[in-house]
Amino acid sequence: MMKRIIEYFRSLMLLELMAGLGVTMRYFFRPGFTINYPEEKTPKSNRFRGLHALRRYPNGEERCIACKLCEAVCPALAITIESEEREDGTRRTTRYDIDLFKCIYCGFCEESCPVDSIVETDFHEYHFENRGENIMTKEKLLAIGDRFESEIAANRKKDAAYR
Amino acid sequence: MLDTLLYLLWTVIKIMMIVVPLIIAVAFYTYFERKVIGSMQIRVGPSRVGPLGLLQPFADVLKLLLKEIILPANANRFLFVLAPVIVLAPAFAAWAVVPFSDLLVLADVDAGLIYVLALTSLGVYGVIIAGWASNSKYAFLGAMRSAAQTVSYEISMGFALVGVLIMGGTLNLREIVLAQQGGIFDWFWLPLLPLFVIYMISGLAETNRAPFDVAEGESEIVAGFHVEYSGAAFAVFFLAEYANMILISGLTAILFAGGWLSPFESVPVLGDTVLGEGSILWFLAKTVVFMFMFLWYRATFPRYRYDQIMRLGWKVLIPITLVWVMLAAIMVVFGLVVRGS
Repeated sequence: MMKRIIEYFRSLMLLELMAGLGVTMRYFFRPGFTINYPEEKTPKSNRFRGLHALRRYPNGEERCIACKLCEAVCPALAITIESEEREDGTRRTTRYDIDLFKCIYCGFCEESCPVDSIVETDFHEYHFENRGENIMTKEKLLAIGDRFESEIAANRKKDAAYR
Repeated sequence: MLDTLLYLLWTVIKIMMIVVPLIIAVAFYTYFERKVIGSMQIRVGPSRVGPLGLLQPFADVLKLLLKEIILPANANRFLFVLAPVIVLAPAFAAWAVVPFSDLLVLADVDAGLIYVLALTSLGVYGVIIAGWASNSKYAFLGAMRSAAQTVSYEISMGFALVGVLIMGGTLNLREIVLAQQGGIFDWFWLPLLPLFVIYMISGLAETNRAPFDVAEGESEIVAGFHVEYSGAAFAVFFLAEYANMILISGLTAILFAGGWLSPFESVPVLGDTVLGEGSILWFLAKTVVFMFMFLWYRATFPRYRYDQIMRLGWKVLIPITLVWVMLAAIMVVFGLVVRGS
């Protein structure tokens, strides 16, 4: 009984509430963790899997040989490939589409590629403004590869020892 | 005739001199709230619009004004439009009797305390009407909760004011402040400490702020009584809520923290300098401190369950105020506290 009375008067002193206020006040003076995104960015791994690209050999020849391993391994069925024989007798793709809405960015296409043609760059800041832009065609993928070739090569080189 | 016109004009100018800074204060109070709560949650708060995000409130207001006011089907048109006005008007009107300093007061009426008490409880009619006129169950639930809560906490708030009344010996807000002269330990917060705390708690409940914001309860009834309001009408509710918070902060400063009086009044050396003089700046500083506390509580405490709110109001706060009102009377009768020393 005595204990309950003491407990009652202790509760009137609002000690727990004061402790809570103390916690928030302590955090109030702590600097924020916020990173102001467009100006500041968090570091990104060189294994980051972002937008896809098709690479070329240094002589300008496209790497892809239309083996369709990526199409077969793709768990989301995002890749569609059509191929035929080129004039010089090599097998090449006539169509190489990746549906970015289906793609789950697992990186299996990159893993399966025997000639390191299809890769995922660390570029992730892209968007679409019209329907249909989500389909990355062969031309678009090659253009991305051309644009980011130096970064792609640098990231592969850093990771080479662990592959 | 000319005299009357001049008097009217002068009064309107004086009203504008209170209302316009008040609206600007509300705008920046919303900014202040987001910044303070952001800091307490280790975020930065608004930082995009203007330097340090200082123009954010204006962007918000502009957005709200440009939006459409939607009248829900089967809503009572007249009451639906009237409700925001009824909420806002008392929040502004109560400022008429607030003494900013010894001379700066719009209406130095004798029953100032009762006027304030009457007007702060009038706002709940707007809330009830808004909930009723919306023809929405969420709005109606919010209105019912708000009404029950306001009525309950009105009583403890009233008793807290009775304590001030006994100590000050007057209902005039200016004279209540003058009765607190003599430095920080002569203000009423010390002899009336429990009433001071209870007044702040009731003030939170009256303005439907966290942790007593079940009337809006985002997680249960969407936004409560103003769920059907949009655009400018919603902005008016917002304005009223924040104006009420500023009002309660100002009243706390006047009733318990010596209004415009300086805390250093009777400190030997400091009291003779500029710091020792009472001025509107002291009043504003105290108000800002209490305004900050509203945000601090919101960042700290989780929302009360509804029955807990009722229990706290009726079974805890009212008995304590009753006891302390009697103690205050005893203190005054036996001269333990000397008025305006």
